[in-house]
Amino acid sequence: MNTTTAVLSSRADIPSALDVAGLALMRDLRLAFRKRDEIAQPLAFFAVVMTLFPLAITPELSRLREIAPGVLWVAALLAALLALEHLFRDDARDGTLEQYALSGRSLTWLLYAKTAAHWILTGLPLALVAPFAGMALGAPAHALGGIVITLAIGTFALSLIGAISAALTLGTRRGGMLLSLLTLPLAVPILIFGAQATDLAMRARSFAAPLELLAAFAVLGVTLAPLAAAAAVRISLE
Amino acid sequence: MNWTWFHRLGSPPHVYRLARTLTPWFAWPAALLIIAGLYGGLVLAPPDYQQGDGFRMIYVHVPMAILSIMIYTIMGVAAGVGLIWRMKVAHAVAASCAPIGASITVAALATGSLWGRPMWGTYWAWDPRLTSELLLLFLYLGYMGLRSAFDDLQRADRASALLAVVGLVDVPIVHFSVVWWNSLHQGSSLLRLGGPTIYTAAMLVPLLMMIFGFMLYFAAILLMRLRGEVLRRERTASWVKEALAT
Repeated sequence: MNTTTAVLSSRADIPSALDVAGLALMRDLRLAFRKRDEIAQPLAFFAVVMTLFPLAITPELSRLREIAPGVLWVAALLAALLALEHLFRDDARDGTLEQYALSGRSLTWLLYAKTAAHWILTGLPLALVAPFAGMALGAPAHALGGIVITLAIGTFALSLIGAISAALTLGTRRGGMLLSLLTLPLAVPILIFGAQATDLAMRARSFAAPLELLAAFAVLGVTLAPLAAAAAVRISLE
Repeated sequence: MNWTWFHRLGSPPHVYRLARTLTPWFAWPAALLIIAGLYGGLVLAPPDYQQGDGFRMIYVHVPMAILSIMIYTIMGVAAGVGLIWRMKVAHAVAASCAPIGASITVAALATGSLWGRPMWGTYWAWDPRLTSELLLLFLYLGYMGLRSAFDDLQRADRASALLAVVGLVDVPIVHFSVVWWNSLHQGSSLLRLGGPTIYTAAMLVPLLMMIFGFMLYFAAILLMRLRGEVLRRERTASWVKEALAT
């Protein structure tokens, strides 16, 4: 009994990988809330892209309704992709990322925390705003819940995959274009299953099957992507 | 088991000489098989009962499509070997694979679209296999783009290797998600339950000859590119002067 408590108390002195990850997450959130316009920018971009489609195609709601799932997803993917560039860039510039790598703490967990923070700041707001954009494109009220769920899971998976490409392009001079070229082909399953689920939700049919595939892809991302991102950050810092 | 042969593959001069010796052993059988396969496929094989002479595109299209995937796999495995064991030559192999793979993928897309015109009535359809082939081309382009974005060769090697390995995990997922999305392309004629749909040997044999011929052709081209890549990386080494003098 005594030995167990002794071990427990000695462990309590050193924060676990999860505690450290939690601290990193809170730090990222706090920093972001002090520069609020960076949260608003992806949303504004998303709204602008959504406005372009009716202007370019047609103002008729009946025709917009048919393309609404695709438009929502393409706009959301582009907005989330643009935000990815900032995922590691600031921390790499001021040396925080290097300190993370040198800290002796699991870099995988730290990057997972950073990615989760990034999703809370960009993907989640996008998913919450998307129903309004959906309504503007003629999505029926019963589909709005489905739009939020699919976009929330889809943007999370995209943040995880994008973290790898964002880390890989850290050391390059012109990151933005390359980041899209690397991320989008890998993210095709998200677009396919996400748009399919949204489409089914708008037709008031069960969208469980594509949503589960989307979730499976996100789970794969959770398990493997932070490992790859950590390896990529180490390569970029070499 | 004796692993000396494997460890020697880590030495650039050894690989350079090996590639030079092996190239003709792949190039000549490739030339013979492709010429024989072309003759068998374009002249000897009977026209297809449904597609007429149009089916003869299969003799170029299928080898290209198979190779485009095969080269990506080889590239990913070589990149993984380079990443794990820090083997310079493996990175050189991966780097030499990418431009060949990209051109073969373009060839598969071009022949497929020429075949699609008489059969489907259109050069391009948003069909899963075409689309996943196009995505494969984007992956090759991304890999090459990432390589060229670094000034430092070692970082380019390691970063692009990681991307190739990630791609290796994701390619099957992308492929199947695209397959479930929509389908128009005819199924595989060779590898399917219940045996190949091409029954006559006169049709099948030239196809197999073309497939193996192009695989050997790829091996020969890869060895030639690898020699160039090794020379470029080792241009300051003293063995290069000796190797080029002979």
